[in-house]
Amino acid sequence: MAENGTNGTNGRGYVGTRTIRPDGVDKVTGRARFGADFNLPGQLIGRVLRSPHPHARIVSIDTSRAEALPGVKAVITRDDFADQPSEFIPAGEMMMNYKDVVRNVLAREKALYEGHAVAAVAATSAAIARRALKLIDVKYEVLPHVIDVVEAMKPDAPLLHDDLFTVGVEPKPDKPSNVAKRVEITLGDIEAGFKKADIVVEREFKTAPVHQGYIEPHAALASVSEDGSTELWCCTQGHFIVRAHCARLLGLDIGKIRVTASEIGGGFGGKTVVYLEPLAIALSRKTKRPVKMVMSREEVFKASGPTSGATVRVKMGATKDGKFVAGFAELKYQAGAFQGSPVQPGVMCAYAPYDIENVKVIGYDVVSNRPKVAAYRAPGAPISEFAVESVVDEIAKKLKLDPIELRMMNAAREGTKAAYGPKFGPIGLEETLNSIKKTEHWNTPLRKWQGRGVASGFWFNIGGETCASLTINEDGSVSLMVGTPDIGGLRASLTNVAADELGIPYEKVRPIIGDTGSLGFTFLTGGSRSAFSGSMAIVEAAKQIKAELCARAAKLWELKPDQVEFANGSVRALGAAAEKFKPMSIADFAKIAGKTGGPIGGYGRINAQGAGPSLGTHLVDLEVDPETGRVTILRYTVAQDAGRALHPAYVEGQFQGGAVQGIGWALNEEYIYGEDGKLQNAGFLDYRMPVASDVPMIDAILVEVANPKHPYGVRGVGETPIVPPLGAIANAMEQATGIRFTELPMSPPKVLKALKEKGANGKT
Amino acid sequence: MAKHHIEAIVNGDPVEFLCDTEETLLDVLRDTLNLTGSKEGCASGDCGACSVTLDGRLVCSCLVLGCEVGGRRIETIEGMAEGERLHPLQQRFLEHAALQCGICTPGFLVASKALLERTPEPTEHEIRYWLAGNLCRCTGYDKIVSAVKDAAATMRKG
Amino acid sequence: MARVVLIGNLAQLTGGVAEFNISATSIKQLYDRLTELYPELGPHLEEGVAVAIDGQIYQETLLQPIDPDSEVFILPQIAGG
Repeated sequence: MAENGTNGTNGRGYVGTRTIRPDGVDKVTGRARFGADFNLPGQLIGRVLRSPHPHARIVSIDTSRAEALPGVKAVITRDDFADQPSEFIPAGEMMMNYKDVVRNVLAREKALYEGHAVAAVAATSAAIARRALKLIDVKYEVLPHVIDVVEAMKPDAPLLHDDLFTVGVEPKPDKPSNVAKRVEITLGDIEAGFKKADIVVEREFKTAPVHQGYIEPHAALASVSEDGSTELWCCTQGHFIVRAHCARLLGLDIGKIRVTASEIGGGFGGKTVVYLEPLAIALSRKTKRPVKMVMSREEVFKASGPTSGATVRVKMGATKDGKFVAGFAELKYQAGAFQGSPVQPGVMCAYAPYDIENVKVIGYDVVSNRPKVAAYRAPGAPISEFAVESVVDEIAKKLKLDPIELRMMNAAREGTKAAYGPKFGPIGLEETLNSIKKTEHWNTPLRKWQGRGVASGFWFNIGGETCASLTINEDGSVSLMVGTPDIGGLRASLTNVAADELGIPYEKVRPIIGDTGSLGFTFLTGGSRSAFSGSMAIVEAAKQIKAELCARAAKLWELKPDQVEFANGSVRALGAAAEKFKPMSIADFAKIAGKTGGPIGGYGRINAQGAGPSLGTHLVDLEVDPETGRVTILRYTVAQDAGRALHPAYVEGQFQGGAVQGIGWALNEEYIYGEDGKLQNAGFLDYRMPVASDVPMIDAILVEVANPKHPYGVRGVGETPIVPPLGAIANAMEQATGIRFTELPMSPPKVLKALKEKGANGKT
Repeated sequence: MAKHHIEAIVNGDPVEFLCDTEETLLDVLRDTLNLTGSKEGCASGDCGACSVTLDGRLVCSCLVLGCEVGGRRIETIEGMAEGERLHPLQQRFLEHAALQCGICTPGFLVASKALLERTPEPTEHEIRYWLAGNLCRCTGYDKIVSAVKDAAATMRKG
Repeated sequence: MARVVLIGNLAQLTGGVAEFNISATSIKQLYDRLTELYPELGPHLEEGVAVAIDGQIYQETLLQPIDPDSEVFILPQIAGG
């Protein structure tokens, strides 16, 4: 049996085309069901009581008055969850400890942030549930709080955990602190590097926590039967992860919980952890009725995990010709109430786009009284790369070098040793720099108060465990089932692949996201992995189907296996036998599937490896209004390496969406805390994300430097786009105002203040 | 406190329902009438995911009370397609990939339809400012604007 | 013998030794050898690290082969968001 290639050359060629997503009609008609759109007969409504204090000991919780309210069917507190021993969950860089997870789900000894869940009720109506919360009597012993990362690192700062001893320092500390971990990577000899430098630029930067900002609040509906079997519907990036966490927290067999991922209204990393799900299950278990829980927008801001605020110091050295000879950085990242900020990838990504002989990056993971950090699109990287890209720009200015030329001179390429160790395979940074240089955008003149900025960015991307099944139905249509929730068009991309692999029309493939009972463990949708890994699993499943069809044909035609071949959706006989036997299509086999052995299908169960990094370069023009401090983005271009775009429109969509999140992060978004440690802008009015009138069209240039380890050359693309905007915009601001902004966001009050200070110094 | 008894027209059909004083139109649509196409993103009128039209006027249904709509005409996303025929806006959104997660899409479609009914040939500037009341976190708005422009052109051709 | 480098904090568990020459034909064998030399490393290798073999990063895969002259880096694990 001849093997056919897996790069779509003998398929209909859907890969790389702009097909209509199969789930699209439901989404444009309001039929698609998101997390809060499910209801079950007899369901109760659950609501959460949250700490009003940023830091307090929980002395006692009296739920008796709430339980007595008619309509209240159950109240749960820390007593309803078994404590968890200290055990880290292998879950990537956002290292979580189960001891912390159970405490984040429901506070035990202490409330560690305003909004921390303390108790939950299930009642026959939302109104009764809300009234019941007011009847829960919690005695708090209010403690001093600390939020800022530098403040939290001071020796006399309020202590969040008396059992937190800094890991990664020698000698091991004998006193607890808020510093959970110190990490470091080193390459070459940093001191020698700085000695070689003709110029050295050193700057300190500060960023504020920002939220992923998904429009859909967290929602879950749990139904537990008398024998403990649990059904859960929730909006999540990873229903298998939700299942694992809930099983662990509630002491259930994993197999006893079946989680269905609803359509998800945005995640960006923020829906990779559990908040409501264990509570809904616990309440349903107690009441034996379904329990539905939905967060309000205020709860989303106060009680789900924004990314770190940070303080970053960068020091770079270069020769007068522009060669980077030394790169140093020190990163201090907020982890929130429990350890696990993305400082490690922040450290590893800081200098990743560049070929530098001598690098030293240090990072600190620091707890403070704000919600536990959750992942946000390329976690940790936007912050550290913002700082480095700003300093790179200053070096360009000091040396009077073109900022694109300077980056080109130092760009990481295939074979470059990354600061975090291994050599890169083929990567597309140079191609993105060249693409930007060639644009009309780059060559358009600017006016006063306008500025142009460029910045590059890097993210690793991952593969991971992924399952996909392809089933041939009796009429030859194909059911595709995959285990990664579809956050933004995945089903369209995967349908392109399945149709090409099997050589059938796109419309004949119907994709669904399987629940946890229908497929093997599939890691969450995140890490820019779902199209990369999903397509690999489909290739595997299709391989099995083709082998099966060839085997059946050989038997039917009484030929040897190497006398038949699958190509273009059919099996045909080779050589002389071709005259005797007409080719049989998938639909032909489907008609006789039962009679030739049973239903035909393939099941790809893989741990996808071979992910390749995606690098990008962004170009932005902006204009500053000196009277109001308002910044208008005039023009924006993204060039990023996708390896191979399975569906160009959805790849462009990732570029554009990530860029606009970066614009918001750079110009306006931040968590604003009062002196009392309470969040002052827990709503969309004052947590100001970009709207349509804030941004122009975003030009997207698709660069394709194939990833040799993927059958189609695919690289993940979802995360990298949020990395360059912060630096690009800061660099454009410098050109527009002559001021190097080192604090994000560069919001109007900050811009006005800086302009006034500059004017007062006599410079215009 | 007794519930209010309300009769109204939703997507051309007469409906009648009971609601508490504090229930919003969004609550009524989603929980009582089972029309879950309108979404709650914020409950404070800042995200537009709950957009509907009330007597032809674009509103956030989370800012309208259920008991205010007696005798009035409400149009939601569920009424946008005509039988099997998608509205040109719905069709163009699909063709332009103007949605990724899709949670904001009903709101954008309702809002865009209201725009095109007033301004059949909107400029990019007019589109962006009209839609400034609808938040999208996934797309960066680029393909949404393209889709609305394209739908406007289609509808002008008739 | 593969050349193996520990990146990040892992070298603290080996008394500062970050580079080794180890004879191993798979990631599992590599972990076993390293744990024999430095028992404190064991739980961390299990907990979750990434392994780059000749530039390609692998995560959570014990059976990946290592060539006799491979360059291997043991890195912190990455997930993403």
